[in-house]
Amino acid sequence: MIITSRFFNRSELIGFVALALVLVVILPLSLDVFRLNLVAKYLTYAFVAIGLVLCWGYGGILSLGQGVFFGLGGYCMAMFLKLEASSVENTKIQSTPGIPDFMDWNQITALPLFWQPFHSLTFTVLAIILVPGLFALIIGTAMFKRRVGGTYFAIITQAVAAILTILIVGQQGYTGGINGMTDLRTLKGWDIRPDHAKIILYFFEVFLLFGCILIAQFIRLTKLGRILVAMREQEDRVRFSGYSVANFKIFAFCMAAIFAAIGGAMFALNVGFMSPSFVGIVPSIEMVIYTAVGGRMSIFGAVWGALLVNFAKTGLSESFPQLWLFGLGALFIAVVLAFPNGLSGIWADYVQPRIDRLLASRKSKSGSPWAGNSVADGAPAE
Amino acid sequence: MLIGHQPKPFLLAVEALTVSFDGFKAVNNLSFYVEENEIRVIIGPNGAGKTTVLDLICGKTKATSGSIQFRGKELTKLKENQIVQTGVGRKFQTPSVFEDLTVFENLEISYPRGRTVFGSLAFQRDDAVKQRVEEVAEMIFLKDRLDTYADQLSHGQKQWLEIGMLLIQDPELLMLDEPVAGMSVSERAKTAELLNRIIKDRSVLVIEHDMKFVEDIAHKVTVLHQGQIISEGTMEKVKNDPKVIEVYLGH
Repeated sequence: MIITSRFFNRSELIGFVALALVLVVILPLSLDVFRLNLVAKYLTYAFVAIGLVLCWGYGGILSLGQGVFFGLGGYCMAMFLKLEASSVENTKIQSTPGIPDFMDWNQITALPLFWQPFHSLTFTVLAIILVPGLFALIIGTAMFKRRVGGTYFAIITQAVAAILTILIVGQQGYTGGINGMTDLRTLKGWDIRPDHAKIILYFFEVFLLFGCILIAQFIRLTKLGRILVAMREQEDRVRFSGYSVANFKIFAFCMAAIFAAIGGAMFALNVGFMSPSFVGIVPSIEMVIYTAVGGRMSIFGAVWGALLVNFAKTGLSESFPQLWLFGLGALFIAVVLAFPNGLSGIWADYVQPRIDRLLASRKSKSGSPWAGNSVADGAPAE
Repeated sequence: MLIGHQPKPFLLAVEALTVSFDGFKAVNNLSFYVEENEIRVIIGPNGAGKTTVLDLICGKTKATSGSIQFRGKELTKLKENQIVQTGVGRKFQTPSVFEDLTVFENLEISYPRGRTVFGSLAFQRDDAVKQRVEEVAEMIFLKDRLDTYADQLSHGQKQWLEIGMLLIQDPELLMLDEPVAGMSVSERAKTAELLNRIIKDRSVLVIEHDMKFVEDIAHKVTVLHQGQIISEGTMEKVKNDPKVIEVYLGH
């Protein structure tokens, strides 16, 4: 892991350190395991949001179907966990022992062929990346090579989200239907349900999240990152500079899909189940809102957006369950109209200049070099 | 190398080119040839199909019929980015630069290396790139604005930047759509100077309305009217052609 001044500029480095402090030190020390597990759940959406920063913020490709990839990743993980939970011993009361319970309820008597490889953890990990990646490749190729973009693309991704939900719900015997895959217990014999396992999974997830942040930051800083920005503004100019615009869009969409899938897989592990309610249109739109609130041009902003909106969601729906959807809608409208760059935009426009001024004045008084501890922790950084 | 007397091959050969939009023939059975190092200006009244001709050559619009051969390669079957890679560069009428990127980054994107997805991931900003970008920036009068975001540039500077982006591609055929339109008098003079410098060692196809400018640079002029060529030749010949005077210059 190389963190040089070149890889992160000063405010990005502050953002990285602030996020690391909050996720690795402050939250684990201040929250009980139940709340920490909730944070783990929120963070699974942060993966999706980081992908959307690349795909939507930088590349200008709005996908309203990221739930599809979140779901594919989540279902791949859940299938592995479900198979392990459905050992012959655990399911001896079923009419066909050794298959997942929902299959037995649906009169299926043998494990379907496409379930077989999910006995292997290696296959599962590969599938979490490759299945959504390939699916995004197919959708992306079909759409972008034909120059379908903008709103049309967004609508098609919505349709895909709806189709996948219907498919999962309809194929109850193979997918667990509307209830999803529940009662996931162990990972290679290691129980994922007790408190200490939740804590370990939380830290593993944070580790993966920072991995994804670094990958996204790397992509952002390469020429590919600049081509994405260029493409968003002047697609034709990029094309007539000798680039195949479709290929770059496909790449951005596939990366966003893979990030979303990693989030989905972590969701299945941390929350202990997976269901079609995280696949469809509404969750897909919510994922876009997290990104918009955090700031679609900021990788760190997207993580904060996912965390804060979900905290608000939990808080509000605990006290006023009916109001949440209205709140979410209002939030989205407010962000789009008033703060198009979200929290990170507010930070960069209003907070950062003040800190800079403060630091500059302190520096000139004492002559001491810039000190990082004056940055409020937990603050979203660009 | 040549055996016997072969005619000099044309750099660009457009033959029987037709494009029809819902039955309207914007370009109708058009044929013309551009030689190596030739500067050809296309003039004509509004709606004559001038921009459409450039669109057809660079692949932005697909031809209904006819052929466009560039160095013996059929361009009508290639995609836009492939046409660029064979050596055809195109400047649009309105300046199209990347406003959220700096002048340096704008030029760097046009640098002909790392044009695939993985090539651009592995692309390194090495000395060759920096040197070439600085060289071109100096040529387009933007040497001390390399770190400026393109949205801070004036209209004329954006035009120059786009010309610079083409220069860095080093195309064998450069197509310019009204390069001096909307420029101030001093910018116009500077642009003429710039164009005169960059058109050396390559063929150029220019659309322009400014007759003074056309006279300055054109080797040969093609006059389009309603999608067809009504006159072609030196500026002197075209200027005195009664048909041209009637439809275009007479106004």
